[in-house]
Amino acid sequence: MSNENLVSRRGFFMKMGILFNGLVAAALTVPIVGYLLSCITRGRANAYLSWVPLGPVSEFPEGETRLATFRNPYVTPTDGKTVDTVCWVRRVEGEQFQVFAINCAHLGCPVRWFPQSGLFMCPCHGGAYYRDGSRASGPPERGLFEYPYKVQDGMVTIQAGELPTPGSPTASLFGNKAPCGARNELVSIESKLSASSETNALLRKTKTWA
Amino acid sequence: MGVIGQIGQWFDQRLQLAAPIRDAAEHPVPRNTASWFYVFGSAALTVFLLQLVTGILLALIYVPSASEAWSSLQALNHDVTLGWFIRAMHGWGSNFMVAIVLIHMVQVFLFGAYKFPRELTWIVGVFLLLMTLGMAFSGQVLRFDQDAYWGLGIGASIASRVPIAGPIIVKLMLGGPIIAGATLSRFFALHVFVIPGMLIGFVCLHLLMVLKLGINEWPMPGRLVKRATYEDEYHQLTRKDGAPFVPYAVWKDLFFAAFILLAVAACALYFGPFGPTGRPDPTIIQTAPKPDYFFLWLYGLLSYLPPSMETPALLIGPVVVIAFLVLLPFLAGEGEKSWRRRPIAVLTVLLIAIILGTLTHLAGYTPWSPHMNAWSGDPVPEQFLHGRTALERQGALVFQVKQCRNCHSLGDLGGQRGPALDSVAVRLTQDQLIRQVIQGGGNMPAYGKNLSPAETTALVAFLETLHPRGQAPARDAARDIALSEDKDQRQAAPR
Repeated sequence: MSNENLVSRRGFFMKMGILFNGLVAAALTVPIVGYLLSCITRGRANAYLSWVPLGPVSEFPEGETRLATFRNPYVTPTDGKTVDTVCWVRRVEGEQFQVFAINCAHLGCPVRWFPQSGLFMCPCHGGAYYRDGSRASGPPERGLFEYPYKVQDGMVTIQAGELPTPGSPTASLFGNKAPCGARNELVSIESKLSASSETNALLRKTKTWA
Repeated sequence: MGVIGQIGQWFDQRLQLAAPIRDAAEHPVPRNTASWFYVFGSAALTVFLLQLVTGILLALIYVPSASEAWSSLQALNHDVTLGWFIRAMHGWGSNFMVAIVLIHMVQVFLFGAYKFPRELTWIVGVFLLLMTLGMAFSGQVLRFDQDAYWGLGIGASIASRVPIAGPIIVKLMLGGPIIAGATLSRFFALHVFVIPGMLIGFVCLHLLMVLKLGINEWPMPGRLVKRATYEDEYHQLTRKDGAPFVPYAVWKDLFFAAFILLAVAACALYFGPFGPTGRPDPTIIQTAPKPDYFFLWLYGLLSYLPPSMETPALLIGPVVVIAFLVLLPFLAGEGEKSWRRRPIAVLTVLLIAIILGTLTHLAGYTPWSPHMNAWSGDPVPEQFLHGRTALERQGALVFQVKQCRNCHSLGDLGGQRGPALDSVAVRLTQDQLIRQVIQGGGNMPAYGKNLSPAETTALVAFLETLHPRGQAPARDAARDIALSEDKDQRQAAPR
């Protein structure tokens, strides 16, 4: 047996040393990655979402759309004003509401409501939405994001806590479906207008949802 | 030997750096590279060092907390002696750095310096460009104002479109479910530790390769790069027609570096610091956020891409561009270096420059954005009201009140999202006007539900008056016939 085939004592210890470092590094990776990824859920799935009140029903007159402010349910000490968020509340009639995110469905800029023309307009790239939140024109691919709401003890309450973005799961859960009110309105548009190709496309889409 | 010499020797005996530094400084470079075209790399390094120094100075006052950052910027601007100047230097330094890095890249590309054996220098340079842009974006976030807040929203909206992983990427980017304290903290870590650390490492690698491989010789049309012979040819060139980098070529770098620093300081003095704009308060929605100068082209692009193209372009576009830049030296690693014999290279640079320049210019006045206050702020020019009937004037009122003006200009005032309506009556007949107003289309919302028949009648009556003097409004010839037939029938009926 030649010496070359033998593992020297120092060579063995060096390899063991590398292995030992590898094991320690792997063990340390777990807490580091866990720390880094904790911002995705902070514990459990949808831990960020909860029901927050917007105000009593009486603050929102029927047929009107008003701006409401709420505090994000998840707050950290250095957040400052950033946790105060606004949304557009449309009281269709009675206890039927639509609560729209302030963020344009295109790239998230704050949309403004113009009651005179019944449109939401975005100052960034010019997206426009009808009063029911459906897309009117411009670059957005869809209507405004809607928060799920319920009326509890005379208070309008919404489920909020995440920035609505085109790809967020909350957006696909609650916003992609046309709300009941919107569907009725689209049908009424159909009866009033000899529908243009755009309205037609919109209606076809709505019907497939229904 | 003087005292200073002795001290120097004492240090060098221990550090042993004098010889390698002298070698590096005096390494021979081809004589014709001592050119004003070759100063942009060192200028970029100079501005980077300026950014390091001014950045550290700002960090003495700046507070990376969503609740304090904005006020600490106000303190820098107004309370701290010369704080405004340091902010302005850092802000202008950032603009200069992006610009110089881009110019350096174009020069390297047009002079064929990315070819063999400098492929890796180019690739590292591509990453340096990406990091510079990353610094520019994260720096804009640290200036935590309204633009920064909504800019983050735009970033999150783009990131969320990544299939499957989108929502996770958004939360990693924001450090939580919304733009808040954690978001600013992590962009601070990126801007101050992570990216600068990588930048310093990559800059060292980049410089090391420039020293080891030598400065790219001045490209001569017809002198082709071949892998087998290039290195010998280059060494012959530096032996025959070379000169030591210091002092033969370095004086131009020194002059240009000083000039750039002076230019940054002059801009800082004259124009002052950037922002901060309004407080980063999401309840203030009367805002039209805009990105910093070097991302304006992206703002323009996002307005003009058709909706169906947007997500693919946003997600695939950057991958394709970066892949192309990285692969470039492998696709064209040999051959002609001179831009005089590389027309496609020159045209590509021109095309990209024109596209980016045009989009940036357009984003300067955002013709795609509605003017949110035009309906209440911009007056209807007198000539459109003079001598009009009551109905037509009522129509002008409807035109303003229904926010038509936000997207349509009259007399050059108002939004430019839709066409100017000064002479709309020449283009559209009455029927077409009614149809357009009620049904919308062609990127205009339908107003059918928001106008009463009386309002529509008045509005269209006003729109029909919008034609140049002496030019008749458009009319549908068939309509006259149809109406006259109608009249004939009515007249015939009683008989």
